Amino acid sequence: MSATVPLACKPGDYKSDTKPIWCPGCGDYHVLLSITRAFAALNLPPEQLAVVSGIGCSSRIPAYTSCYGFHGVHGRSLAVGAGLKVARPDMTVVVASGDGDGYSIGGNHFMHACRRNVDLTYIVMDNHIYGMTKGQPSPTTEPDFDTALSPGGTGLRPFNPLVIALASGANFIARAFSGHVNETAKIIVEAVHHPGFSFVEILSPCVTYRPDQRAWKDCVRSAPVEPTDDAARAARRLMTDDGFNLGVLYRGDRWPYQPRAAATVTDLAEFEKGFEI
Amino acid sequence: MTTGAMLLEAACAAGWNGLLTRSVGPQIRGGEAAALVRLAVEPVECLADHFDLLVGIDWMNAQRFEAEIPLHPGAIIVNDPAVGEPPAAMRAAAGRVIELPITALIKANPAWRANMIALGATAELLGLDSEVLHALISKRFSDKGESVVAASVAAIEAGAAAMAAEAGVAKLARAQKTDVRRWLITGNEATALGALRGGIRFAAAYPITPASEILEWLAPNLPKVGGALVQAEDELASINMIIGSSYGGVPSITATSGPGFSLMIEALGLATAAEVPIVVVNVMRGGPSTGIPTKSEQADLNIAVYGLHGDAPHIVVAPQSVPDCLLTTQWATHLAESLQTAAIVLSDQFVGQAQVAVSRPADVAFIGQRLKATQFEEPYKRYALGGNGVSPMAIPGTRGGQYTADGLTHTERGTPTSGGRDHLAQLDKRRDKLDLHDYGGLWATLEGEGEIAVLTWGSLTGAVREAIARAARDGVKVRLIAPRLLMPVRPAEMAAALEGVTRLLVVEQTHSAQFHRYLRAHYTLPANTSVFHRPGPLPMRPGEIHRQIMQGAAS
Amino acid sequence: MSGPVDAVKVSSPAELYALAYEIETDAVERYKLLADQMQAHNNSELNRIFLDLARAEGIHAAEIQRMAGERGLDAQRAPIGAWRTESPEAVDLAAAHYLLTPVEALQMALAGEERALAFYTGLAAEATDPAVKKLLKEFVAEETEHVELCHRLIRRYSTGSEHPEDLDPPWAVD
Repeated sequence: MSATVPLACKPGDYKSDTKPIWCPGCGDYHVLLSITRAFAALNLPPEQLAVVSGIGCSSRIPAYTSCYGFHGVHGRSLAVGAGLKVARPDMTVVVASGDGDGYSIGGNHFMHACRRNVDLTYIVMDNHIYGMTKGQPSPTTEPDFDTALSPGGTGLRPFNPLVIALASGANFIARAFSGHVNETAKIIVEAVHHPGFSFVEILSPCVTYRPDQRAWKDCVRSAPVEPTDDAARAARRLMTDDGFNLGVLYRGDRWPYQPRAAATVTDLAEFEKGFEI
Repeated sequence: MTTGAMLLEAACAAGWNGLLTRSVGPQIRGGEAAALVRLAVEPVECLADHFDLLVGIDWMNAQRFEAEIPLHPGAIIVNDPAVGEPPAAMRAAAGRVIELPITALIKANPAWRANMIALGATAELLGLDSEVLHALISKRFSDKGESVVAASVAAIEAGAAAMAAEAGVAKLARAQKTDVRRWLITGNEATALGALRGGIRFAAAYPITPASEILEWLAPNLPKVGGALVQAEDELASINMIIGSSYGGVPSITATSGPGFSLMIEALGLATAAEVPIVVVNVMRGGPSTGIPTKSEQADLNIAVYGLHGDAPHIVVAPQSVPDCLLTTQWATHLAESLQTAAIVLSDQFVGQAQVAVSRPADVAFIGQRLKATQFEEPYKRYALGGNGVSPMAIPGTRGGQYTADGLTHTERGTPTSGGRDHLAQLDKRRDKLDLHDYGGLWATLEGEGEIAVLTWGSLTGAVREAIARAARDGVKVRLIAPRLLMPVRPAEMAAALEGVTRLLVVEQTHSAQFHRYLRAHYTLPANTSVFHRPGPLPMRPGEIHRQIMQGAAS
Repeated sequence: MSGPVDAVKVSSPAELYALAYEIETDAVERYKLLADQMQAHNNSELNRIFLDLARAEGIHAAEIQRMAGERGLDAQRAPIGAWRTESPEAVDLAAAHYLLTPVEALQMALAGEERALAFYTGLAAEATDPAVKKLLKEFVAEETEHVELCHRLIRRYSTGSEHPEDLDPPWAVD
């Protein structure tokens, strides 16, 4: 085993030998390319990176990387990631999720992760559908989208994850499109570098249940604005955009949450003093 | 409440043993409240059958405590005539009422406090030295100024003086002062200290009665040893956070009670499947649902033992007394870390929130030792088969050990599979590592001999022990069998413990006899087995258990 | 086409090598990923075609590396391509399907090759450095060959290769 870390990592160094299984045409393949390119650009050894996920198509991604991975239960990836990062501040933690895992069953954790501002990067591959369970509506599904579970559509207003992230205190908010592999990789690099909770929503089409999303590549555009650190301006921007503006949309300057400190007590007998009479 | 705590502390300083529990109304502040104290020369592990002394500062809603505060026929009630009469049932049960003019004394001395007058009176009736109380007052109130200390001392003196003339009150036997270091501690505090001693360095917390004190003790103290506590948004988050931190190599804990424990079940299964060590303390309260948050019950046994979906072997241990919370939690941490699984500590409201005065518990050497992988053959097999089933775990940051921990059925490498061979192999692995472990003598408390045995668990152990001691005084020899380890089960050890037992009494605090059903499922019990079980909220008393033993012995 | 491509200026052979190397390695990565997908979905014919394409691009990448010399490449190599967005040759992974036919696959490849050809042709027209211009002409010739190869292969496979009807319903897996 070599004691030194190779500096010029290549994207391929971050891919495991497990062959990815998503539907051919799935945007998540592109996201995998982006993540491995981002990791190569970060130039961190794979063992210093942890990729944490829950359940869903997107959540298969940890096993496809050569990093430390955690594939947990549905919706709780942010909690696992936060626990890992707080306990091990030396690790770089990326949490991967989807719109069902992250916004529905994991919705409460999403808000509180934004608020807590642990220094990690949260990547949500949003395809506006539950893919793995065969096409049920997710919180970002359009109200008139017809599914077996919601005949005629849900009639519900879709969830706006970026607005919720901003309102909840996320320190970095970006939207990317899976088809733009390099652009997405660069956003991920910036998200990892940015202190605190960084949220990257990636529009990642589902070819199987949402073939209509093939049109996304013609809808997306670079946001015609510069990133802002003004939450009020960002709020107006996020409330009024059509969901297809790409790029870094908000950069905050909150200090990350990191309660772990150096030990001041070495002898545990110290703690008994409080009980002694 | 302060009065009760001060009485216990003073009695403890004077060399007595004691136990304090509290009972309160539904109000957050300012409601009816009772401090229940038992003092004795010998160690105290449970409440007695009756109380000998009831001091009323006022009687507003005191009838709510009638069932909880049974009075001995010779009991004394101390009453301030200005605040009315004690509840009729209490008055009828007591042998004597002594008047203590608290209101009148305060009217004459506005700086005095009613609870200090009551404390002085109580101390006098018990025969507690006033110097001990004075020292305590100085310690507790010194930061409030000399005038407060002086007023408190004067109030205590006045209370004592008012009782001094009362003849014929039996005093407590004098305690032997010893050099043994003595602690005043609650079970929840002992649990937290045990966790720290076991090597826990991360906790995630969601507040819940009656477990919050564990988390509140860890919050300021974990950072002192380089650890951290994070308050989570819910119990789903808290347990998943500790799975994340422990996956990162840091021994981790969370504490909760029934409702929160129910929310944690899915992730407990994840910890067993992904083989991530975690410790989860469930301080049981009355259930189901929100139940009775401030009262004890043992009815979470089923969910702790059987609640996980799939075949998910895990550890369940139960502390048997307040100081045993320390040992058992430390042991649970050791087991979780050694066996790379989830360990559930089934404490309960009674041992969790009771405060006791005890001799300092002996040190034990259990410190979490996780088998870590440092040398890797290509490819690294996180879930490698063979040996005792415990496979070396790579800690993130370790070069060459990268793997993906998974709750899906997986291969030795951790790759998800639906293959039957891998499924069976990993199920066997996770069962064997727990079954093959040598749990040693801590698996159960085994005391006494004879053909009659009482089989109980958890916080009832103290009351059962006391009942058995009474039976011994009646000439009936009874064994005590109380497993501390509830999962995995120990059939050979239990068979040995039951060797020669012809009559068995199972004692538990559930409505549906969960413990008895569990015993029947896993162990061979004598044909002559009876069950004494009842739900909370009233604590199980030695007298009712003693009656059961004697009825069985007579039949 | 996968994503937008930036306008790029090249002023030295070293820069051009770095750029071309990025284009080829990106293509290798994508074809390998497609080959894996086809293997995972039991489409062995397509697996073979994509592996062949990956191999061809790999040979090209190795050739560029040899021409540039290792040092020349690394000095120029940006961490995430030279592109703010996508490599001109990037095959659009989103165009894949588990029932992909050889013709469809080759059309995906053809689209990439045509973009690469257009890209190098444009650079060649603008190049002022004679060495760069000379190299670019070689690249244009090479890409022209690739485009023609794709056309030839498409003609070979084109008989009876209708996109089959998808009778296989999706499953819920985990």
